Amino acid sequence: MIRVELPANLRTLANVGRVVELSVDGPVTQRSVLDALEAAYPMLRGTIRDAVTHKRRPMLRFFACEEDLSDQPLDSPLPEEVAHGREPYLVVGAIAGGCLR
Amino acid sequence: MAKVRLLVGTHKGAFVLTSDERRRDWKVDGPHFAGWDVYHVKGSPADPNRLYAAQSRGWFGQVVQRSDDGGATWEPVGNQFQYEGATSTHKWYDNTDHPYEFLRVWHLEPSLTDPDTVYAGVEDAALFRTTDAGKSWQELSALRTHPTASTWAPGAGGLCLHTIILDKDNPNRIVTAISSAGAFRSDDAGNTWRTITKGLHSNYIPDPDAEVGHCVHHIAMHPSRPNVLFMQKHWDVMRSDNSGDTWHEVSGNLPSDFGFVIDVHAHEPETIYVVPIKSDSDHFVPDGKLRVYRSRTGGNEWEALTKGLPQEDCYVNVLRDAMTVDSLDSCGVYFGTTGGQVYGSADGGDSWNAIVHDLPAVLSVEVQTLS
Repeated sequence: MIRVELPANLRTLANVGRVVELSVDGPVTQRSVLDALEAAYPMLRGTIRDAVTHKRRPMLRFFACEEDLSDQPLDSPLPEEVAHGREPYLVVGAIAGGCLR
Repeated sequence: MAKVRLLVGTHKGAFVLTSDERRRDWKVDGPHFAGWDVYHVKGSPADPNRLYAAQSRGWFGQVVQRSDDGGATWEPVGNQFQYEGATSTHKWYDNTDHPYEFLRVWHLEPSLTDPDTVYAGVEDAALFRTTDAGKSWQELSALRTHPTASTWAPGAGGLCLHTIILDKDNPNRIVTAISSAGAFRSDDAGNTWRTITKGLHSNYIPDPDAEVGHCVHHIAMHPSRPNVLFMQKHWDVMRSDNSGDTWHEVSGNLPSDFGFVIDVHAHEPETIYVVPIKSDSDHFVPDGKLRVYRSRTGGNEWEALTKGLPQEDCYVNVLRDAMTVDSLDSCGVYFGTTGGQVYGSADGGDSWNAIVHDLPAVLSVEVQTLS
């Protein structure tokens, strides 16, 4: 099982704990993990990747195994440690941003 | 016994406040969607248990929530707001062309007759509609493609469509307002739009009497008199007696005619309420005193309502969607502040009580009068 760690606001939205476990068919890539995450938790659609462009939202980043994968090709294989569930795939919110009406 | 239910959107979640018709004791339920900005929550006039909430966050974008049980439980619905057709542009702060980009929903206006139909006013300024209870949203693109739209420029809060007024006697009529473009009216259910800004005068734009560029903060209408509109503009309180075709100023003796909210008494169409704010640079009430001003003459002659409101050391703001009135016999008036207080009056504004003191900054307040 792939382990994905979500930021607090998305845990609230999806009503899950810090880490969710997903099974991914085929190659374990960022795209396949995010697809599986959104399939399991449809309320997250549009909150990590833009609902229209499907690009990563600008104030989120993707980390794993102490590496920033945010700008890596989405179809590249994720590290073996992630693919085997020994390390989580992290969705991380920037320590900045937001705005008040 | 009748009940009232207040729907409060804040900077860090939504709250549902309920009371009986005496409006003395309140139950506070929330926060719903904790940690998220909730710009607006509103119930369907056709089904009071059907509520919609606009939940957003700079990091995570837009979520729309629907409740079918009066706010006890919620379900995320569609959040895809895609502009129709080719990408168009508006003016940016530096006067360059900037592509329209969806940022958030500011205002949700449920249909007066169909609980599955809701209009959404969004930033960058556009009008969307769902007819399937929020599952999908379609743009009514004629507004964003109005001949003036390429010249619209955002105000400090963004290029937001924040006011949507529907007319129970004329389902083809929609009035909208956009900061800082102006006010617009459709008489054919959104297929075509015209500016309704004649008579507005704004010294902060090159031509103070221009067709667009006026920073309209909010518009209110009494349902029994749809041709009479009241406007709180960036500066100036305005009135129209012909559905916005022309406006005239009714600021009268207000201590400041800058502000955000304006609303109309439920049973007295000539009784209106505003909360004057010191200035566009200060964004708090004048003299440290929180005062609602009421006019019983449709403007020009205003009286300060202070009983129960702080009259020293108060420096809050009241944002554009943060005032509402109930329809009980003795009209209730409610407003929320950026300091997290929600005040209520069960006597048309004569006296006030703080229903809650310490919520996050209040972005919007709506009320439902339940039989």
